Amino acid sequence: MDLSNIGPALPGLIDGMILTLELLFFAVIGGVALGTLLALARMSSNPVLSRLAGFYVNYFRSIPLLLVITWFYFMVPFIIGWITGRPTPIGAFTSCLIAFMMFEAAYYCEIVRAGIQSISKGQANAAYALGMNYSQAMRLIILPQAFRKMMPLLLMQSIILFQDTSLVYAVGMMDFLNTARSKGDIVGQPHEFLLLAGAVYFLISFSASMLVKRLQKKLAV
Amino acid sequence: MNYNWDWGVFFKSTGIGSEVYLDWFISGLGWTLALALSAWIIALILGTIMGVARTLPSRFVSGFASAYVELFRNIPLLVQLFIWYFLVPDFLPESIEIWFKQDIKPSTSAFISVVVCLGLFTSARVCEQVRTGIQALPKGQINAGYALGLNIAQTYRHVLLPQAFRIIIPPLTSEFLNVFKNSSVASLIGLMELLAQTKQTAEFTANLFEAFTLATIIYFTLNMSLMMIMRWVEKKTSVPGLMSLGGK
Repeated sequence: MDLSNIGPALPGLIDGMILTLELLFFAVIGGVALGTLLALARMSSNPVLSRLAGFYVNYFRSIPLLLVITWFYFMVPFIIGWITGRPTPIGAFTSCLIAFMMFEAAYYCEIVRAGIQSISKGQANAAYALGMNYSQAMRLIILPQAFRKMMPLLLMQSIILFQDTSLVYAVGMMDFLNTARSKGDIVGQPHEFLLLAGAVYFLISFSASMLVKRLQKKLAV
Repeated sequence: MNYNWDWGVFFKSTGIGSEVYLDWFISGLGWTLALALSAWIIALILGTIMGVARTLPSRFVSGFASAYVELFRNIPLLVQLFIWYFLVPDFLPESIEIWFKQDIKPSTSAFISVVVCLGLFTSARVCEQVRTGIQALPKGQINAGYALGLNIAQTYRHVLLPQAFRIIIPPLTSEFLNVFKNSSVASLIGLMELLAQTKQTAEFTANLFEAFTLATIIYFTLNMSLMMIMRWVEKKTSVPGLMSLGGK
């Protein structure tokens, strides 16, 4: 095993990792935001709204992420073309980001819903007794407590998402995995670069999940 | 908005023999089912062994099993697949390497790699569920086993595992569904399963919306029907007297 070629390839690999982390960062933010809205819709007393949100969640949870990524890669430029009237190239990054956000929202929704449902009813009643309306009670009383409770699960799901970003390989994006593969092919050492990629993914997800476990103990009431 | 919808595309000839595009989807679905079922068998067997190992008193055995779980859980599935497909064959004994690379069809070697990869990947998750199931049982169960004169292997086989498996049917179901969904990574090493056939149809016909819609419907239906079957199984096999099962 010859690792001498990894040094010169480092700048490229770091660029790949930055792309992976960028994708992760925006997908987590967008996914949690959309997931929270979905969770609120799912628990709403309006049957149409809660059915729609329920269907959304079931739908995205029953198809493979890889299918969603490929779908969106082909579809998003088309749809933007329909809206703006002419074909608009938007690039793999945007279409992958939209795919991840919408896909992960279904998973985050279930976590947020469980988090909200774990808050005791008395909290909501106390908020109403103080004269707050629904949105104030949610924003100021329920959600802050719920997010604190579900933080470990949200982070665990984000670690899974970190690993899943490697699937953008399917549409040729130069994320960390794809960079490692192409660098390895160029210098004729695909095995070394593949193992390096595996080791880096392992170190990041393993240490992140250890940190989450610690946090979980700290946050436990 | 000038996309030409044409749902008849699936019955058009592919230009290869007498095949129509629908045949591609059927053969793709066949590969997907074969992949998922074979990987699931490996995952169940290995996952059960590892799950039991994690609950054994020996610190060495449970430490080994827990390292196994961490290894397979913290590396992306696609990286694991590339390792099994591109790297591992080069380190096998020469006769097996030649057999893998030259004697069998490319689709067979891709199939073997995906099944091994997906089986081991999923076994780490099954392991955690088996462990949770065993640990959820009251401590009295294991003591009762010993009191009856069973040894440790018999206690696991006759007392602990039958109950643990009935408790963990719901999470095992979602793992089973994950195997189906995850099998789509096989398309990235060139195995013509459902997703790969969909992409190929989209490229050949330019009717990409119809092709992807059909694939989505197939995956969706497959998942929903499996879920319903498993719910029925769950009801039939629930352990009486446990809260987790609706207090029946």
